Amino acid sequence: MIAYLLKRLAIALATLILASIVVFAVLEILPGDPARLMLGMNASADQIELLRDQMGLNAPLIWRYLHWAGGLLSLDFGRSYTYSVPVIDLVRERLAVSLPLALIALALSTVIAIPVGLFSASRRGRAGDTISMGAAQLGVAVPNFWFALMLIYVFAVWLRLVPAGGFPGWSAGIWPALKSLLLPAVALALPQAAILARVTRSALIEVLNEDYIRTARAKGLPYRTVLWRHALRNAMIPVLTILGLQFAFLLAGTIIIENVFYLPGLGRLVFQAITQRDLIVVESVVMLLVAAVIAVNLLVDFSYAAVDPRLRSRS
Amino acid sequence: MKLWKTILAAAVLTLAAAGTSAFAARTDLVIGIPLEPPHLDPTAGAAAAIREVTYANVFEGLTRIGPNSEVLPDLAESWTVSDDGKVYTFKLHTGVKFHDGADFSADDVKFSLDRARAENSLNAQKQLFAAIDKVEVVDPATVKITLTHPQGGFLYNMGWGDAVIVSPKSADTNKEKPVGTGPFKFDSWAKGSSITLVKSDHYWGAPVFLEKVEFRIVPDAAAAVPALLSGDIQAFPFFDPDSVAQVKDDPRFKVVVGATEGETILSINNKQPPFDKLQVRQAISYALDRKAIIDGASAGLGLPIGSHMSPTNKYYVDLTGRYPHDVAKAKELLKEAGLENGFKATLKLPPPSYARLGGEIIASELRDVGINLEIIPVEWAQWLDQVFTKKDYDLTIVSHTEPNDIDIYSRKDYYFNYDNPTFNKVIADLDVTTDEAKRKELYAEAQKILADDAVVGFLYELPKVGVWDAKLQGLWENAPIPANDLTKVKWSE
Amino acid sequence: MTLHIDIPEETLGGILAKAFRNTAFLTGFVISVLILLMAATSYVWTPYDVTKLVIADKTQGPSLAHWFGTDHFGRDILSMVMVGARNSIAVALVAVGIGMGVGVPLGAFAAARGGLVDEALMRINDLVFAFPALLSAIMITAIFGPGAVNAIIAIGIFNIPVFARVARAGALAIWPREFILAARAAGKSSTQITIEHVLPNIATLLLVQGTIQFALGILAEAGLSYLGLGAQPPMPSWGRMLFDAQTRMVAAPWMAIFPGMAIVVTVLGLNLLGDGIADILDPKSRRQR
Repeated sequence: MIAYLLKRLAIALATLILASIVVFAVLEILPGDPARLMLGMNASADQIELLRDQMGLNAPLIWRYLHWAGGLLSLDFGRSYTYSVPVIDLVRERLAVSLPLALIALALSTVIAIPVGLFSASRRGRAGDTISMGAAQLGVAVPNFWFALMLIYVFAVWLRLVPAGGFPGWSAGIWPALKSLLLPAVALALPQAAILARVTRSALIEVLNEDYIRTARAKGLPYRTVLWRHALRNAMIPVLTILGLQFAFLLAGTIIIENVFYLPGLGRLVFQAITQRDLIVVESVVMLLVAAVIAVNLLVDFSYAAVDPRLRSRS
Repeated sequence: MKLWKTILAAAVLTLAAAGTSAFAARTDLVIGIPLEPPHLDPTAGAAAAIREVTYANVFEGLTRIGPNSEVLPDLAESWTVSDDGKVYTFKLHTGVKFHDGADFSADDVKFSLDRARAENSLNAQKQLFAAIDKVEVVDPATVKITLTHPQGGFLYNMGWGDAVIVSPKSADTNKEKPVGTGPFKFDSWAKGSSITLVKSDHYWGAPVFLEKVEFRIVPDAAAAVPALLSGDIQAFPFFDPDSVAQVKDDPRFKVVVGATEGETILSINNKQPPFDKLQVRQAISYALDRKAIIDGASAGLGLPIGSHMSPTNKYYVDLTGRYPHDVAKAKELLKEAGLENGFKATLKLPPPSYARLGGEIIASELRDVGINLEIIPVEWAQWLDQVFTKKDYDLTIVSHTEPNDIDIYSRKDYYFNYDNPTFNKVIADLDVTTDEAKRKELYAEAQKILADDAVVGFLYELPKVGVWDAKLQGLWENAPIPANDLTKVKWSE
Repeated sequence: MTLHIDIPEETLGGILAKAFRNTAFLTGFVISVLILLMAATSYVWTPYDVTKLVIADKTQGPSLAHWFGTDHFGRDILSMVMVGARNSIAVALVAVGIGMGVGVPLGAFAAARGGLVDEALMRINDLVFAFPALLSAIMITAIFGPGAVNAIIAIGIFNIPVFARVARAGALAIWPREFILAARAAGKSSTQITIEHVLPNIATLLLVQGTIQFALGILAEAGLSYLGLGAQPPMPSWGRMLFDAQTRMVAAPWMAIFPGMAIVVTVLGLNLLGDGIADILDPKSRRQR
């Protein structure tokens, strides 16, 4: 057991280090000079050299990698070229948008998906099941940015119920801030809910076929009790796994939605940083997201080990 | 019961609030800007977005540029110029304070100008200060600037955003927390989202009407339209012309079309075969249908040009008839150049919609005469690097927004790769000619040479399209420089 | 998402009979064939020429002359949806091809060898999986420039580990089977066994995963093009059409509605097809879904 966990941990760390080398190397070959971009068309070559020196862009490659990677470890991500503030501050500010957005989307998706999955599973093969699973199929097929565009024009432009985009900041009050996250969260949640509903349904059906459920039914327990008390609890394991993966996906995968609603989140930070050649921001945020994915995967591995006795005995 | 009371009280409060706001004019404003400034120090970066927030609002210079490109007094209430045109003596306003409470005096002027022209200065427009020989403090309210040679545009130069006066105390922190002498002071900056300014308590000049202004960053036009329609944002001084159709019939908004100094051109790499052949460049000029380009890429707004000069400029000569849209003529010229079977080339397009949309139309028009263009969209960073610096391109579309900049065609190693001694001579003559009639003649000749050589494809003058709430007054119609001057902006009602 | 299905041991007739009774399969099959037909038709005929700009006819609503209306350059949207189909399909298909072409041999090889080779390959897989796909696709297009080819590469790279995992899992399930043991006893090399026995037996598994990735590829292409990083003009693609439509939602909503619907219908069709195939070929899955 311990040996297994240690091995997983070592693998995760190795992946992280490899990933950092890949990220650094890839960004080094991005075309375009950040110093030239900052100073514009009228700047002289000398001024650009001066700025490059100030930004530390003229140092040798290896030294810059070690400097950057060392900084990551101590949570010192360096300073943004374009904003000239510590990257960690930028990330913290952006997380204040992306994290709640991902959480709301996840909550919405769960609140929609689990009842639908439950309903479908309990009505397997009947009209209700076919309709809800058909809807889920549709949900998976709709591109979320297109759905977002439609939502904006119905709820923001036409009905004027919520803002069309932007984020007032949490200082403007909880409600205005939440309101501006509502449409993006719905747009993000829909395809996730569709996937989750399907997983919930098949997990439930699988559990319902297990012997102990049959036994419970044979004992004369009502179907509802069996479904709620026994089946749902056992079906939660695959559902939670998917939820964990979806969370990592939501955190990283909001780039398009954040652009549609011009939300100042992590995804848009990276998108803008790429076009502005703010390499240090791109490197740091990508690494952070990669680390998040690896951490979630590791947690999933660990929870499997905790749940599955066969894994516990294997080492 | 108690709950009901609370709700009732809240409702009454809301009604009362609604009532007052209906009578008093609004004092807040949310302005949409397309790009987020990298920082807020106009003396240390080229980005137009810095000026769009700070110019005339937070920072002030000795002089300032008005809505129609005129030079107005600002921190200097008056000035005198010596007879030889080399010594400028500025009389400064007194009782002026920086936002942090520091007093403004002639020392700050000397500090700011010396800093901007210093050896290690990162000022993006150092050429503005090139003529300055020395800056002297005569007394706290008088400053004397001596030039190395007379410079006609010196007062205009001192009105640029790059020449604003900063305080030695706050100069190093202006990027994050700008401190100036203007009517608005910096309040907060939510990175990636918005920048807020509030009215300064002790402004020296005429009081402003707005209490609070938020500049909200809306990078793409897709988000700009719904934000405007839903009332989240009340003004877009620089609106994408391509989106005008979406709001022009809505009585809630005013669409204001003004002029810029932006000649939008199809730049050609004059050294890159086959574009080194005059016939090929002329064929391209004949192949272009300016009306279709203006209609398709700029919503029909913008004046066609025939050379590198704004139609609003006093030196402008109309050369738009030089190359009428003529596909047969274009094909004939290509045949003369030995390219009757056409050829392939690339078209690199920077992000603005005039380039991306115009590029698609131009590619289609050139295809009609046998030139097949591969469209390559590039970001500004890549454009500056590949096209502007390394001259690695065939064709590109860009708007040259600097005022009166026909001399760029005579610059050595400029990205057009154009080198015509006759043209260079005309520009050199212009530099030393003061007689107005003669200057006019020379400018006309310069425009004609460029048109005859078909150096680039001249398209149209970029319009400045502003869209804002119909009840809002005082925003600039034209854009002589990048700025959102809010000193006269107010809500009617 | 990866699927686990068993190998069918049925007659062709039995499978066909099941297929005709499976609504998901039938619906998906009909939709997919119709979309393919539409794409194929566009090579020989479209109502209008999509490369010809008619600025005078720009942004006109749906009419008898233009069923789906016209875009900002006066092009016929119906014609563009037809031509766009082949670009969207081509990008997704080639991306699946890359994923299968590289991923399947890798996965099968890992399963055949086991041990360190397996471990190393799977770790590289993990590495690619750790990168958020869309983010990485944006980085790739930022480096090499936007365009259909780079979009294919960006999407294709992220298909590789998916197919590698499926192929490996499928192959690992096959290896302990008796007929493999027999082949081993007959002295066949592991490569031979992989080609002759393992791959044919995991083909349906790969087919199902292929349909899923195909559908995901169409969505990914649309997303990249929506950000302006995918297919470039003058060739229309559905995502590119949405990119053009996003700034004109109020004045010309039809520019967004029709290409969006095309994406939804196609992805829906492919997903139904994939589900249907899995259902038909796997008796156990009938019970599970």
